[in-house]
Amino acid sequence: MTPENIKSEVEASIPGCQLEIVSNPSPSGQHSLRIDPAHAVAIATFLRDAEPLRLDYCSNVTGVDWPGKEISEKVKVKKLVDGVEQEVEEIRKTQTIGHLEVVYHLFSMEKKHGPVILRMRTEDRAERVHLPSLTPVWRSAEFQEREIFDLYGVIFDGHPDLRRILMWDGFEDHPMRRDYVEPDDFEYEPTAHDEVLERARQHRTVMGPL
Amino acid sequence: MFGEGILKGLAETARNFLGSYVSKKRLTTVQYPEQRLPQIEAYRNFPFLVYDGDDWQQGLRCVSCFICEKECPPKCIIIEKSTDKKPDAVGKLQFYPKVFNIDVSVCMSCQICVEVCPFDAIKMDTDFELSSTDRFSGLLWDKKHLAKSNEHYHKIHPTEAAAVDAQLAAERAKIAAKTKATAEAKPATPTPPANANGAGPNAANQPVPTATEK
Amino acid sequence: MSTATEPVRILPQSPANSGSDSGEGQLLEVSMGPQHPSTHGVFRMDVVLDGERVVRLKPVFGYLHRNHEKIAEHETYLGSMPYTDRLDYICSLTNNWAYALAVEKLAGIQVPERAEYIRIITAEMTRFLNHAALIGFLTQDMGASGTPLMYAFRERETILDLFESLTGARMMCNYMRFGGCRVDLPAGWLDQAKKFAATLPRFLEEFERLLATNEILMARTQGVGVLSKEFAVNAGVTGPVLRASGVNYDVRKVDKYGIYDRFAFKVPLGEHGDTYDRYMIRLLEMRESLKILNQALRDIPEGPIVDPKTKIRGFKPKPGEAYGRIEAPKGELGFYLISDGTANPYRYRVRSSCMMNLTVLEDLCIGHNVADVVVILGSIDIVMGEVDR
Ligand code: SF4
Ligand code: SF4
Repeated sequence: MTPENIKSEVEASIPGCQLEIVSNPSPSGQHSLRIDPAHAVAIATFLRDAEPLRLDYCSNVTGVDWPGKEISEKVKVKKLVDGVEQEVEEIRKTQTIGHLEVVYHLFSMEKKHGPVILRMRTEDRAERVHLPSLTPVWRSAEFQEREIFDLYGVIFDGHPDLRRILMWDGFEDHPMRRDYVEPDDFEYEPTAHDEVLERARQHRTVMGPL
Repeated sequence: MFGEGILKGLAETARNFLGSYVSKKRLTTVQYPEQRLPQIEAYRNFPFLVYDGDDWQQGLRCVSCFICEKECPPKCIIIEKSTDKKPDAVGKLQFYPKVFNIDVSVCMSCQICVEVCPFDAIKMDTDFELSSTDRFSGLLWDKKHLAKSNEHYHKIHPTEAAAVDAQLAAERAKIAAKTKATAEAKPATPTPPANANGAGPNAANQPVPTATEK
Repeated sequence: MSTATEPVRILPQSPANSGSDSGEGQLLEVSMGPQHPSTHGVFRMDVVLDGERVVRLKPVFGYLHRNHEKIAEHETYLGSMPYTDRLDYICSLTNNWAYALAVEKLAGIQVPERAEYIRIITAEMTRFLNHAALIGFLTQDMGASGTPLMYAFRERETILDLFESLTGARMMCNYMRFGGCRVDLPAGWLDQAKKFAATLPRFLEEFERLLATNEILMARTQGVGVLSKEFAVNAGVTGPVLRASGVNYDVRKVDKYGIYDRFAFKVPLGEHGDTYDRYMIRLLEMRESLKILNQALRDIPEGPIVDPKTKIRGFKPKPGEAYGRIEAPKGELGFYLISDGTANPYRYRVRSSCMMNLTVLEDLCIGHNVADVVVILGSIDIVMGEVDR
């Protein structure tokens, strides 16, 4: 089953859904399908139940953080320089907002094929981080979606028990995000590393002795 | 019969228990500090620095190229380069480490430093009785503590050390031939000192990471 | 991981548990672990009990969480290899293999024949020692204190010696490399391994006689913690636990990774999906492992052990992603890697079989006694190094 076939089949059965093939340039050749969150549960149920696919086993669910990038491009603008109109090159910088992505690796235990890879994106990394949970479709997503919520901060709507799983309840940040800054006091013990020593010393001068 | 399975199992334990009186193989416990198992040759524990000859300061093979410091996964090697140069194992003028520390409380005995070193300067030791009363400075080993002779290396890993020695001898012969050839061609110019960032014996088959690499 | 509650507390009265003053019918919330001797590491379960019966059970973990995935994002590809040893620290060689396989997929590296054989030999030995140790631990949890475990450890010791003379370490092997293995087999290793493999059938028989028909073991395990076929598939359970429920799914047969298609072996399947089947499946898998091991030791060819094109330093795969998985002793162990073309992976993900198998723990335990929880947990076979990562 190529991603193209799956795409056309899903689009034929679920009206209005949008799928996009994300090609993978590496030799592994594992291409994936980006699905739109609004239809995610319907698509997932279809993939699980429809006869030729029967992707009954969701093996791996994981998050990926794509922070916003600064893209600078050169643009030609017309400007008045010393009263004469001239074409001047300017560097224009745009900031993309970035997004969090959730990746599902699906296999079929019945038909023994796979992987089919689904991806979903949040709209940004701060506020609009809601995605539909696929735990009602595959129970195996339960702990893994909790883990993504814990480490990346994606909020899965419809998850039966969305709590932190690896970090403790009072913890606030999401440590797997790429811009996560570890607290300066995470390691009090002086080791041979000067930076660590220095950081611990600074922490102590700010917070008082242990 | 109920209980048959239990009796069968007990017969098995009895056989093992009684067997231990006749068969040495069934007595598997070794009374450690008094008795010791023979050391397995490939065993590795923590790294040490090899030196040739008698003087550990002069003979250190390490040229302080920082490759192992960069590649060590938990970053437990700390090196400071010298400002002057001395001849290395194959006779080229090279820098040497002014400071070479390994924090063995962090080191995880992975042997990656040994694999990446192009100069065969760092190898794995087999000593495992390392308790210390000071858990910080007692486990931060400096250059002096780390330096062990090539004979020691031969004693603990004979096969590996013989292969390394043969390779180094070949390098030395090649360099000697080259120096002779250049000396004959242009007698006035001395051999250019090798640059410190890795034009070592293995530089031809093991590319040195470029500066862009993290 | 949630914050610790007081070990024992009586839940406030609610319409659901309105009992009398004598305490009858009241629900007790008990925290089992994290220092409980039978939780296989620092693992805690929030158990709500009605008398002896479990009505709710929430696994709580994360005590061993060190964010292995984040650390790996700051390491080179090779630099993560020693860290994979520490995932499931009983089976470091299969962890190495899973990671090496994922990187090989990502970069399109071929593995020479001899290295494939060495990988299979070490992996099957690992499976053998894991299953033997697990049966020991499981019976220990049931109260067979020591004997089976020590018999298993005696055998494990020999395997660890073989590992040590090959890789240099007993448990933290760090042996596989992208495109092969680190060193070749030392002289005499194969003969030693063959000699050892010849003693294994006797050990297996002894081990089976010791317990398989034991009435106490049967009473404690048969019908306890039944996992249905459909639920097991939906919950993503893999490995022996899945096959004990009768689902024929073994990544060695499905993906045929490495050169597993050249070996004749069967996949044992259970019928009932209860704890006894999960125990039995491991005994049978040990027999199959032994078959593979014997074939591999017989057929191993001479040749290089590592692809000469791969570099130790400066390894930078092209941008892209790959998911590689193997059948580790505990289930499907997968690595998902995204490369952005630099020396460090952009994303490094471990699909841990132990953690996924824990998903079903609550469903298996509900309705059973507290003492059965320990047995069911033991039969799932978890190692906290891999659950928490
Ligand atoms: S890689 Fe070898 S030569 Fe370079 S600094 Fe380390 S020990 Fe010295
Ligand atoms: S053995 Fe591993 S952890 Fe220890 S110093 Fe060498 S590279 Fe670092």
